[in-house]
Amino acid sequence: MTQLPDNITLIEDQLRALQRTRAVYSLVSILVIALTIFTGVSVANNYNAGSFANGIDNFFDYPFDLISEAWDAGWRWFPLIIDYTPDLLNTLNMAVFSTGLGFIFALILSFFAAKNTAPNERVRQIVRRFLDLCRSFPELVIAMIFLYIMGKSLLPAILAITIHSTGSLGKLFSEAIENADKKPVEGLQSLGANWFIRVRHGVLTQVLPIILSYTLLRVEINVRASTILGFVGAGGIGEALSTNIQWRYGDEVVAIMVMLVATIICLDYLSQYIRGKMIGGQTATSGHDRFALRINFMKRFRQ
Amino acid sequence: MLDIRNVTKRFGDVVAVRDVSFSIKKPQMVGIIGRSGAGKSTLLRVINRLERATSGEVFFSGNDVLSLEGRAKSEWQKNCAMIFQQFNLVPRLDVLTNVILGRSFEHSFIRSMLKLYPAEERYQALATLDRFGLAEIALQRAESLSGGQQQRVAICRAMMQTPKLILADEPIASLDPLNARLAMEALKRIQVEEKITVICNLHTLDTAKHYCSRIIGMQNGDIVFDGTPKSLTDKKAREIYGAEADEAFEASVTSTALGSAPIKAAS
Repeated sequence: MTQLPDNITLIEDQLRALQRTRAVYSLVSILVIALTIFTGVSVANNYNAGSFANGIDNFFDYPFDLISEAWDAGWRWFPLIIDYTPDLLNTLNMAVFSTGLGFIFALILSFFAAKNTAPNERVRQIVRRFLDLCRSFPELVIAMIFLYIMGKSLLPAILAITIHSTGSLGKLFSEAIENADKKPVEGLQSLGANWFIRVRHGVLTQVLPIILSYTLLRVEINVRASTILGFVGAGGIGEALSTNIQWRYGDEVVAIMVMLVATIICLDYLSQYIRGKMIGGQTATSGHDRFALRINFMKRFRQ
Repeated sequence: MLDIRNVTKRFGDVVAVRDVSFSIKKPQMVGIIGRSGAGKSTLLRVINRLERATSGEVFFSGNDVLSLEGRAKSEWQKNCAMIFQQFNLVPRLDVLTNVILGRSFEHSFIRSMLKLYPAEERYQALATLDRFGLAEIALQRAESLSGGQQQRVAICRAMMQTPKLILADEPIASLDPLNARLAMEALKRIQVEEKITVICNLHTLDTAKHYCSRIIGMQNGDIVFDGTPKSLTDKKAREIYGAEADEAFEASVTSTALGSAPIKAAS
């Protein structure tokens, strides 16, 4: 074995020490998780009327009942999808609208939360803590509080999703901004551009694709969230689902579930498509497009 | 015209620029040479107000530009265009918009947020680009251009500022020899045609001697030479560059030894 120079041996030792620490940490966390699951299951076993082992046998009874009921409904099942479309649209509306609001708030706040664009450190800390606060409560908790105060309607759910989205998008946006290249900003600063112009052209142009991609992901998450909020009385398809589960209308439950799954799959594809388009735009237009653009431009310039 | 008096810049305990004074009376091309870390970049950044000087004054046409604040400071930055080693364009904006951004100081809030620039400015930007043979790439994104093209776009942006002084911080250090020549020719042309002063940080001795009518040598934050290219002896130059002398002398061969006939800027 070759003898390494002292400084490299030192780095090697440090690396190995780091790897050891990491291995120990992983092992400990796996043990803790395993222990938690094990004790959780046994505690639940002790408290429940039936044991976990018995319960698992009944696990497939319910879906089986649902499907058989839907099968029995026959052709009557398909119009149910049309019946519940308005509810689905309500839920989608709620999700898209509140993501939009959250996007606007997050975009504004993130420039005050990022190191390279915040006017000063105190503002940055205040905004960061505010964003932490916004995302520290799950949508469900915020929605339940607002539902209690304002009564049953779409508004509490919209507020809840908006607040949570602002918090989580704001954090992601501010990190994207902090990672932006500072050279364009410095270039604009050197020619006397004010803060707004530096942020608008120097920073926003760089982070826009990633920001939009985060937002699309958030739309998907919020469709799920607004469905769940329906269960606590925020309206939309979630409420319909919860009512039908309680009334044990198997055919209707199946119809709603099929609609939800289809919607989420569609959204997945749609956002993937849009993201693909945006990332395609990041590497500039293709050679062919650029050529066409140039020809067009030359024509206009000559006129 | 430009009068620099006792400018000092400290970063913590490190003195980057130590008590530097010199003045430029008439429009000319001034080259600042020195090894890396000699304080050349810091000096230019202090003059442009990207960095705050620890002490000292810079007078331009009688005004102390280091004491300006707010909009007056921005106006000085508009008058004092800066060219960077890494071009510092906005990569995802097209060339035309990048050039128009040179007018940022005059743009209103709404105008700049919505990119509603007047037709007059677009024509001016296009004319400037055309002057440097870049009109055809006006709609391409800045990031899709070669380094040489980007640097010439940056020079066009500087021209849009209608500057009274141009500071170029290592403008050719990341360019290949041919593009380095194009960029230097462009700067020289501006200096002659617009009759403004261009101060250029240069790493290579031969480029400085070839294009500049005055050379300032810096070493560890001090000015150690100030005179015409002819009066700069090889011995003195070796002293200025120190350990980097071989590199500075050798790089000169590749950058401007291609011939001194002026070449027209082509895209």
